[in-house]
Amino acid sequence: MTSSAVTPLVERPDDAPPPAPRGRRRRRRTTDLTPVAGLGLGITMLWFSLLVLIPLLAVVVQASEGGWQAYWEALTSPQTAAALRLTVSQALLVTLVNIVMGTAIAWVLVRDRFWGKQFLEVVIDIPFALPTIVAGLVLLSLYGPSSPLGVDWANTRVAVFLAFLFVTLPFVVRTVQPVLIELEPEVEEAAASLGASRFTTFRTIILPSLAPAITSGAALSFARGISEYGSLVLLSGNLPYSTEVASVRILSYVEGDKLMEAAAVASILLVVALVVIVVLDIISRSVARHG
Amino acid sequence: MSITTRRRVLQAAAGAIALGLTATLSGCVGGAAQPASDASGTTTLHLVGFAVPKEANNAIQKKFAETPEGKGVVWEESYGASGDQSRAVANGLKADYVNFSLEGDVTRLVKAGLVDTTWKDGPTKGIVSDSVVVIVVPKGNPQGIKCWDDLVKPGIKLITPNPASSGSARWNILAAYQQVIASGGSEADAKAYLTKLFNNVVALPGSGRDATNAFLEGSGNVLISYENEAILARQSGEDFDYIVPNATLKIENPGAVLKDADPKAKAYLDFVLNTAGQEEFVKKGFRPVVKDTPVGTVEGANDPTKPFPVPSKLFTIADLGGWDAVNTKFFEENTGIVPQIQKATGKSQ
Repeated sequence: MTSSAVTPLVERPDDAPPPAPRGRRRRRRTTDLTPVAGLGLGITMLWFSLLVLIPLLAVVVQASEGGWQAYWEALTSPQTAAALRLTVSQALLVTLVNIVMGTAIAWVLVRDRFWGKQFLEVVIDIPFALPTIVAGLVLLSLYGPSSPLGVDWANTRVAVFLAFLFVTLPFVVRTVQPVLIELEPEVEEAAASLGASRFTTFRTIILPSLAPAITSGAALSFARGISEYGSLVLLSGNLPYSTEVASVRILSYVEGDKLMEAAAVASILLVVALVVIVVLDIISRSVARHG
Repeated sequence: MSITTRRRVLQAAAGAIALGLTATLSGCVGGAAQPASDASGTTTLHLVGFAVPKEANNAIQKKFAETPEGKGVVWEESYGASGDQSRAVANGLKADYVNFSLEGDVTRLVKAGLVDTTWKDGPTKGIVSDSVVVIVVPKGNPQGIKCWDDLVKPGIKLITPNPASSGSARWNILAAYQQVIASGGSEADAKAYLTKLFNNVVALPGSGRDATNAFLEGSGNVLISYENEAILARQSGEDFDYIVPNATLKIENPGAVLKDADPKAKAYLDFVLNTAGQEEFVKKGFRPVVKDTPVGTVEGANDPTKPFPVPSKLFTIADLGGWDAVNTKFFEENTGIVPQIQKATGKSQ
């Protein structure tokens, strides 16, 4: 995969303590699959192809049907460019916030005992369960013109940020939580008994173990952010050059029967997502190694 | 663990994006062709339409079932955004009768060879229901809005559905533009008016219904909408006023029968264009397209006993040169009047 090409020989901490460094991450024994494992791989690839690879390919093919013209038109349309900039920058910002807040929330949920913890555990997942249009409605009544908090962020970029934040909240929490549960407190105690400060312990012991989980959650969160549409319908106002996001542009192209341009914008989002995911992966490896 | 996690990162992320993007792109709904008639003498007709006239259609279907032609007809219906529904039919969704909000959505099916080119040859030119563009204000009209000129005053926070992503939102923009011309202004005046109007726009929600919801949540103090949408919302208990401007645009919603539809679909269309069918549209706030349709009391209208005041200057899309010309002139990406105004006003904000 892409990531293995970037840093092929990395020593990585393993699951089971004590960490047992491994020389190569992949044993090249692909022909040694047992029949059952082969069947499993076959089903996996078929499933993955039908649901992900073929639709993705269809998007790219659709976009390339118009040659570079569709891409060029999509990219040079200042309105589309503005929408792409807004979408990517807000999604990045939200991802950064999620990395910090999501990890903190996971930490609190795992390490602390308090009244209402069970309730919080359930509430965290609500953004997953709520239809996004309902989320938009909730956010509008909370942060819109009739806000009980006395703010009016509807139809501003803050609304885009809030909507992204809302729908992506659970990702980092839910990826970090199980890893944090598995983390042995003895290792931290050992570090402390050897004189490491809490910060050093966090930086050198905890963070490297959490890094892959945080990266995973961050990548999901970013990907979810750039494709968000539903919660913005009522909240952001879809104002061109101001609060219009890429998915609204895609929808506009579709409504105008410009499927190639729509697919072009979609494939640009795909490339951006891929780049961000690879970069996050590199950062994660670096943290896990040097932490 | 870390290897699988890493793989999962890529897979899950790719999956999430793919789902999100393809969902917005596909709009394709599969529909298996069914035998139109079976032994028990029932006929299944497929209606695909935009969401607003669902109740009117259902009421008409009930009346239709009482006629000899309509006996034994069973309906399978699909409602959604007009453009999405039209694309779904073009992509193979089974339909016998379609009812869209814009002519272009039927034209798409003509181009796809699904609807006959003669669909507009009837006395109503393919139109099954009418409405007009209206101005919606909060109860009591605190801003004292009377006409289009009041919408460009300072302090007005205007909501209108997004003309780019919602085809039917284009009625509103065109009404605002053409009323200047109808009142004796030049094209330059009309463009200037539209520019001022866009300066007051605070939100362009995805559809007419979304715009109504945003308005009801208090996002703005004026909403440009359709008369039938305003009446319907008031019928369902929403509390606001609406104004039918002196100069406004007539909204025309087409209906058509597909080429390979069951003959009963044509009988249904005829029934829709009958005064009995039109009455049901009237009850839901649409203006009738057939002259002598009895217009009784329409709940939710400003004056339920005289629900449809005739504006002194009522223009149609034909006055603007028809949809093809209008779409190129006003809404073409980058070069159209509206995207250019949005570019100018968007950057000045």
